[in-house]
Amino acid sequence: MPLYHNEDQAMLAETVSGFMAEEGSIKNQLRRWRDENCKDGFGHALWKQFSELGLTGILAGEADGGLGMGHVEAGIVLSEIGRNLTPSPFLTTAVMGVTALNGASDELRGRYVPGIVAGETVLAIAIDEGAKHRPERIVCKAEKSGNGFRLSGRKDFVIHGASADALIVAARTSGSESDADGITLFAVPKDASGMSQDSVRLVDSAMASHVTFDNVELAGDAVIGEVDGGRELLGRVLNAGRVGAAAEQVGVASGAFGITTEYLRTRKQFGKLIGEFQALQHRAAHLYSELQIAEAAAIKAQQLLDEGSEKADLMVSVAKAKAGKVAGLAVREGVQMHGGVGMTDEFDIGLYMKRDRALSEFMGDHYYHAERVAKLSGY
Amino acid sequence: MSDLDVFRREVRAWLEENCPPEMREPVRDEDDVCWGGRHFTFKNQAQKDWLDRCIAKGYTVPAWPKQYGGAGLSAAEAKVLRDEMARIGARPPLSSFGIWMLGPALLKFGTEEQKVHYLNQIARGEIRWCQGYSEPGSGSDLVSLQTFGEEVHDPVGGDHWVVNGQKIWTSYADKADWIFCLVRTDKTNKYQGISFLLFDMESEGVSTKPILLISGSSPFCETFFDNVKVPRDQIVGELNRGWDVAKYLLGHEREMISATGGGDRAGALGAMLARHGLEDPVLRAEIAQFDVDSLAFTAMSEKFMDEVKVGKGHPAQPNMMKYAGTELNKRRHELVMGAGGSAALEWESQASNDGAKARSWLRTKANSIEGGTSEVMLNVISKRILDLPGA
Ligand SMILES: Cc1cc2nc3c(=O)[nH]c(=O)nc-3n(C[C@H](O)[C@H](O)[C@H](O)COP(=O)(O)OP(=O)(O)OC[C@H]3O[C@@H](n4cnc5c(N)ncnc54)[C@H](O)[C@@H]3O)c2cc1C
Ligand SMILES: Cc1cc2nc3c(=O)[nH]c(=O)nc-3n(C[C@H](O)[C@H](O)[C@H](O)COP(=O)(O)OP(=O)(O)OC[C@H]3O[C@@H](n4cnc5c(N)ncnc54)[C@H](O)[C@@H]3O)c2cc1C
Repeated sequence: MPLYHNEDQAMLAETVSGFMAEEGSIKNQLRRWRDENCKDGFGHALWKQFSELGLTGILAGEADGGLGMGHVEAGIVLSEIGRNLTPSPFLTTAVMGVTALNGASDELRGRYVPGIVAGETVLAIAIDEGAKHRPERIVCKAEKSGNGFRLSGRKDFVIHGASADALIVAARTSGSESDADGITLFAVPKDASGMSQDSVRLVDSAMASHVTFDNVELAGDAVIGEVDGGRELLGRVLNAGRVGAAAEQVGVASGAFGITTEYLRTRKQFGKLIGEFQALQHRAAHLYSELQIAEAAAIKAQQLLDEGSEKADLMVSVAKAKAGKVAGLAVREGVQMHGGVGMTDEFDIGLYMKRDRALSEFMGDHYYHAERVAKLSGY
Repeated sequence: MSDLDVFRREVRAWLEENCPPEMREPVRDEDDVCWGGRHFTFKNQAQKDWLDRCIAKGYTVPAWPKQYGGAGLSAAEAKVLRDEMARIGARPPLSSFGIWMLGPALLKFGTEEQKVHYLNQIARGEIRWCQGYSEPGSGSDLVSLQTFGEEVHDPVGGDHWVVNGQKIWTSYADKADWIFCLVRTDKTNKYQGISFLLFDMESEGVSTKPILLISGSSPFCETFFDNVKVPRDQIVGELNRGWDVAKYLLGHEREMISATGGGDRAGALGAMLARHGLEDPVLRAEIAQFDVDSLAFTAMSEKFMDEVKVGKGHPAQPNMMKYAGTELNKRRHELVMGAGGSAALEWESQASNDGAKARSWLRTKANSIEGGTSEVMLNVISKRILDLPGA
């Protein structure tokens, strides 16, 4: 498969980019919800509009009312989300949530997917326990209880946790902390008794929850996939989240880069446009090269995932690590090249920096993924 | 089965039959490289057989049309051939500036006669070419070159140029048979006063003097032209419009050099070095970061090649590839030296294969200089791709 978008994908990209630049713009979404101190951190009306464009069901099977598309297409949407810093539950719900549900019983899919496709249902993903992404270690546990399970423990930094209709929770059903086996995924409905959430606003204005499960009773049909054998499905959910976050970060990077180069073309100092100074030109050109490379890595990873290639794991980590590094560079250079105004709230560049920081941590930062590349390569 | 699958099968069978086992070993040193040319001596029979068989199939230049010595393969078929050769670790049958640089320029700018004549020679490895671009005062600022060609109308001996001047950094000038050379033919016009000439290095008035490199080898020369007579029909493209040819050729040169950054070796660095133990965690971490960058760059190269095939992508993109690829390759060799420790310092010993690691490390420093420096690449990206002001 050639490493660029085919005609259908290019068309999708065009539609989505127009939509996101209008409806999903920083002014209409991010700044608005932030300034209103919105408790969800995103607008539900926009989620509905996503649905009208068919985006909410992008990864859902056609039998479930979705489009049955792949990670390349999801990546197109996420890049535009990134470019416009559009707050939305797309990544947690339509990408990671649906990936999890695609491994669930018909019954469970029937419970959530139609709502997702309709732009009504929101899902959150509860994997990490602590400030860093460490899915190899899961302490939160679910013990057998009658026909169902009793869940206890905690999850941290669950994005949109408090707004979600259900949380996809990775819990330990047997074995010890770092065992590969013994993991089970559950769909925990928002009103489950014994579940409490302590919501906090993050630097990028998103809302995240510290979730506590205090003997939460779950029916047997809350299980997604196999009991004790959830590691593989979790791997798929993680890959989807990682490659998706990489695509979004590439979008953040190119958005930041775009406004920065525009600034270089218009700001005058020393009687010249600052873009005439070679010191800035070279840094911009370097950044451009890095961006191109990160974008290629993301597309490659998306394609390998869609092909079900055994190289996908490695390339997903390459993409997340590379996108993280490059987006970090893009936002830092962006703020610096804006000079003093880069520090003001009025200019958007600072918002890119904040969003990048949050995306970097989401599903593993570049340290984590470079380490994973080393391990997967056998050293 | 698709046509391409059928083709793959044929190629596989042909390679199995025709690529000698000795030609499936990794290239160890300069001696293993087949450069062709009038004075080339083959290292062994296998090297010669491999070249002859590839010439017969058109596989030294598979994508060139058949009438010019190629196999007339489509881009997709050429990729199949490349992949299949890579799969068995086959060495390139022929390495040549003619294939990488001059050939593409001739295909675009040459007359039909020039194409038939020169391209076939290149495909058969009969003429070894060198590149006469740089001059002592004209490196990055190539267009300032001074070597001068004066037009002479000679009713007896034929119209020709008389070339005077000096070139520098001419790689393999002392081994090359012919040179493709930039010569000023109009002193009043900077860009539109340069012509692109081809001539025999054995012409009267051509002399070369080797330059010793930090790697201990001496692949390049100062090249002097003292009243060299060049026949009129050995100009490529129009008179005074050689800069167009020169730039087009540079695009191919940059593309070729950029390939040093990725390819088959991508992502393998850590795994390769770890065989000898990687005890320093900080070094290991740097290597892991390198492997991330290298694998990502390989994806970029693949994307670039895919886009070239369908005419997508920015025309200045090879400059970006050259910049990123060569910087990456330099980093790679720094890490190899770091991981090798003192053993990598041995300069003349059997254990070190005569300092192969150290010499390669030193050689890679030229990657970001030859064919246009990294700084010049960044200038081009700023101006031509990013459209920043003050070009
Ligand atoms: C938090 C904060 C507090 C401040 N407090 C004060 C204060 O109390 N009083 C006061 O008077 N000022 C204050 N300043 C202003 C500060 O001094 C300026 O922001 C600073 O001098 C940069 O100028 P600028 O913002 O106009 O950026 P610009 O000059 O527009 O620079 C934009 C970008 O272009 C680059 N650039 C500009 N010229 C060149 C060149 N020739 N070559 C290469 N690159 C170039 C810059 O490095 C920068 O990256 C403050 C700024 C900040 C951020
Ligand atoms: C291994 C090797 C093989 C070569 N083979 C050949 C060959 O076969 N034929 C041939 O003709 N030439 C060849 N060259 C020459 C090569 O093309 C030149 O070395 C190269 O173009 C740089 O020119 P220079 O050496 O004169 O450096 P200079 O142009 O003097 O550059 C010196 C430094 O200044 C920087 N600089 C120059 N201009 C600018 C600018 N505008 N902005 C910012 N920085 C700038 C450069 O980046 C560099 O860092 C080869 C060189 C090497 C190292």
